[in-house]
Amino acid sequence: MSLAAITSAINRRLPWWAGPIAIVTALTLFTFYSLWVVFFQSHAATYQTPEGINYLSPFYSPYIPSPWEWLSPAVFILWIPLGFRATCYYYRKAYYRAFFWDPPACSDDAQRKEPREPESYRGERAAPWIFNNIHRYFFYGSIIIVTFLAIEAVLAMFPVDGGFALPLGALILLINAILLGGYTFGCHSFRHLIGGRLDCYSCFKGGGALRKLYKGVSKLNARHATWAWASLFSVVFADIYLRLVIAQIISDPILFRI
Amino acid sequence: MESSQHRGASPETQKTVRINIYRGDAEGGEFVEYDVPLVEGMVVLDAVLYVQAHISPDLAVRWNCKAAHCGSCGGEVNGRPKLLCKTRVDDYEGEEIRVSPMRAFPLIKDLVTDVSWNYEVARSIPEFKPAEKAPFTMYEEDVERLYEPKRCIECFLCQDVCHVLRSHHKHPAFAGPRFFAKIQSLEMHPMDTGHRTEYLKEGRGGIGFCNITKCCTEVCPEHINITDNSIIPLKERVVGDYYDPAKWLMRKIRGRRNGE
Repeated sequence: MSLAAITSAINRRLPWWAGPIAIVTALTLFTFYSLWVVFFQSHAATYQTPEGINYLSPFYSPYIPSPWEWLSPAVFILWIPLGFRATCYYYRKAYYRAFFWDPPACSDDAQRKEPREPESYRGERAAPWIFNNIHRYFFYGSIIIVTFLAIEAVLAMFPVDGGFALPLGALILLINAILLGGYTFGCHSFRHLIGGRLDCYSCFKGGGALRKLYKGVSKLNARHATWAWASLFSVVFADIYLRLVIAQIISDPILFRI
Repeated sequence: MESSQHRGASPETQKTVRINIYRGDAEGGEFVEYDVPLVEGMVVLDAVLYVQAHISPDLAVRWNCKAAHCGSCGGEVNGRPKLLCKTRVDDYEGEEIRVSPMRAFPLIKDLVTDVSWNYEVARSIPEFKPAEKAPFTMYEEDVERLYEPKRCIECFLCQDVCHVLRSHHKHPAFAGPRFFAKIQSLEMHPMDTGHRTEYLKEGRGGIGFCNITKCCTEVCPEHINITDNSIIPLKERVVGDYYDPAKWLMRKIRGRRNGE
């Protein structure tokens, strides 16, 4: 039995509310964690380990110093990835189903629980959901964020006293950057912009290259939900790991050093 | 809902399966229980046809190929849109089986619904406008995206499960997933010169009602990825034409240069 068949069999056996509850739990926890970082963690941004490794939590990258003591530098950054996720086509499906029950699931009994009256349903034609149409602009911002995250991960491999090292923290940041990259560059808007908007690839010079890029993005896009969740967990995990290192609750092992 | 019970003639030793079939018309109806001899590999349509042949000859069901190709036998099994000919009875072992008509369309009788609304929508779509007279030369790399939507067998299960139609009854203002797949195949055709974003946003298409909750993709018996490969690409084309401020500005500048 294939993995898809097993997943489908499990999904059919689970009650319709199992999916929405799991998504509500995960997204609520993530939202509270992000709010905690923004409003209660104004200092925990950069840190140098005793081994001379410089770290910057992914919640604060690229680092923009806050002019006020009480305001976290994360405020200047987090709106981009949060906006990117909030307007993402996958997350839209997830929160329309889980938070707004619009519909909560596809079965007849689940759809009968949809609370909205037919006359008040406007979908994405009116505020606030019409603003989801600016998703591509959050994508542009996310490219900058992911680029900085990749740079931060690589910089963490070069201790201040010279040489090259691979500490566990840098590896975690690198995996996080890769997962966020997979999520960002598998975006539906990017898929459209890179080649989906074209009707004819053979009609102009360079069309073949764009088609190849489009197909590559389509491959990433086919697993967009998986990338979305993996990167969501990785960014929280990376932040928690660095906070534990900064608080000296755990040490950051150097996996190898040259 | 009330239900009544009928038993099919079956030898004492043969296993039977109990199946509840919706019996009624536009005025109302009820689920009726039938016991049908269980045969290995049996599909729900087999059970329904057994009831029609041996127990209740007035049971109405629409079917043709019995091979998941014609799209005629769309219905609902335990509240989920299914092709009755492709749904195995043994998938529901230990569960009650309830067969009902598609809820998004007016009921004619028993399992037969009036799906003619779909043909009205089909007629409203801006037609294919080729750049030159057929036959024309097209290349594989330009038409490969068109194969997927063209697999559609028009069973209308995606229309049935779509909450915009099923729960919100937006039939006059919303085309539905089947026709977004159709429009995608026209919009992405390399020889087409037509424009359908106005139809999708302002007109009969009503793509803004779709909140991409993917039920259409989940139920498609042809495994067409309607949401990711048809609806979202069309939504992105609508964004490009109507919501992207940079593109709007570029159109304004170009329009001014062209004296528009």
